[in-house]
Amino acid sequence: MVPILEVQDLHVSYSLPGGASYTALAGVRFQLMPGEILGVLGESGSGKSTLAASLLKLLPSNGNISKGSVLFEGKDLLCASDGELEAIRGKRISLVYQEPSVALHPALRASEQVFHVLAAHESAGKSTLRQKTRQVLASLFLEEADRISSSYPHQLSGGQRQRVLIAQAIACGPSLLIADEPTASLDPTTQMEILGVFRTLRDELGLAMIFITHNPALLAGFADRVLVLYGGRVAELGPARTVLSSPKHPYTQALLQSMPQILEGTANKRKTKLRAIGDSSAIPLPFEGCVFEPRCPERMEDCRKREPALVNLGESHTVSCFKYGG
Amino acid sequence: MQPLLKVERVVKAYSSKNVAGAREKLLALDGVSFEVAQGGTLAIVGESGSGKSTLGSCISCLEIPTSGSIWFEGRDIVALAESERRKVRPRIQLIFQDPSNSLNPRWSVEEILLEPLTLQGKPKQEKMRQRAVALMTEVGLSAELFQRLPAQLSGGQRQRLAIARALALEPKLLILDEALSALDCSVQAQIANLLMELQRTLAMTYLFITHDLAMAAHLADEIVVMNRGRVVEQGPAEKVLRHPKEEITRHLLAAMPSLDSAARPPLEL
Repeated sequence: MVPILEVQDLHVSYSLPGGASYTALAGVRFQLMPGEILGVLGESGSGKSTLAASLLKLLPSNGNISKGSVLFEGKDLLCASDGELEAIRGKRISLVYQEPSVALHPALRASEQVFHVLAAHESAGKSTLRQKTRQVLASLFLEEADRISSSYPHQLSGGQRQRVLIAQAIACGPSLLIADEPTASLDPTTQMEILGVFRTLRDELGLAMIFITHNPALLAGFADRVLVLYGGRVAELGPARTVLSSPKHPYTQALLQSMPQILEGTANKRKTKLRAIGDSSAIPLPFEGCVFEPRCPERMEDCRKREPALVNLGESHTVSCFKYGG
Repeated sequence: MQPLLKVERVVKAYSSKNVAGAREKLLALDGVSFEVAQGGTLAIVGESGSGKSTLGSCISCLEIPTSGSIWFEGRDIVALAESERRKVRPRIQLIFQDPSNSLNPRWSVEEILLEPLTLQGKPKQEKMRQRAVALMTEVGLSAELFQRLPAQLSGGQRQRLAIARALALEPKLLILDEALSALDCSVQAQIANLLMELQRTLAMTYLFITHDLAMAAHLADEIVVMNRGRVVEQGPAEKVLRHPKEEITRHLLAAMPSLDSAARPPLEL
């Protein structure tokens, strides 16, 4: 099978006032197959949102893609013209953002917001587009669709707003959806409901998805593969089940261990300390060697000297750590 | 032993005008009762809109309940005169979800920490500075950060600062309203550890309002489950989570994302 998206050796930096620059992504590479859900896991500052923005060349003006390529359906998006990109954004590749209350226009009814997306990309007549808008909203809201269509964002719940955003994203029938923390502002029940929506879209429309989150638990049972991003580098990439149940990179291991597990021997474990990872803010930049070294519980001699390369552990599971050769 | 906090049949009604202009009454809290022992942790869990945050506002004297009593250190704070309630407020502190929204972006760490002391008319400049440094040490913030602005701190440092500010007036009760939810998983663990440490050293009492049942199970002795303004289930944390009696509790448990995907119900649209 041919991958729908292939990211090769992506380097992104931000120029800071005073001529300095900050490396946000360094050598990120991965492939995405049609219909596949890739979970991108990372903490604040790991570069996960920069990754989403650079795939569509939506970086802020001080962002600079210094190296690499993003092949989407065989075409390098980083070399594409503005016109070509405009035809792809929102039509072939859609973005769903974290905060639906900010991403929606407060003074437009839900149906208008979806209609505008269609009108921007399709040349059909108004009545055809209205018809299509209805269909898209109906697929996400079932019998509630009419009421939701004529509602303004403030009249909708967080979950409903997120569904309107998803309706916008899928209106033009994209083949790739990038979702940046789409459930972070929702409570767990709604969160599960929205994950279910994404899952259904994949199953029914064959959408490939990049799902960005800081919460590993959301990816279990949802993502096919997981990419762990740390300090702008790929720390670990592999099948979701493998990465989440037997992680290999010390960062992934520490991250998963830092989470309290419900009902996990509450009587004796409760009130014991969680295994926190050291504070990331203490790390001086720029840095030579492995980016995780200052916080790593298993640091070795080599880790300070140079950066580890990605090591293949088999079954498409790669990890960047000297423990495995590097 | 007398509980530090005892909430009795608290009702909070809001009225609002609907589109047609008619008055609508919303019972945000509908006869809520529970108590928290000195030095204990009670978690209040429930979905959005279940009344958890309204409860936090009532207990911290930001809202006055429509009826019912809230006994704190043996006095009913609902019945107190405003001048008396003012004296109770410093003893109950509230920590919010998003530290970037609850800290003044134009103030330095120092100004943020000193504000509560100044407002309460506490002693001289020099002593206040000492106190601020002591508070920062207490929550694990380096004194080098004294002149920084909130935007120059990491998410974890900001929440530590919010906790330090809350501790400035030596409260007895800390209300943590989703205080961990906006933080990264690894930072959540750090702050949870800090809270447990403070509980040990200062005998702090916590009211932990959350929708994260795993963290509630980790931190709390007792859990109160709320739904539509009512307490539907309450008891020792382990008992409530292992043997949930109510449908809503089971529902909340089922919705918890878990690393063990086998334990998760199938996803449906």
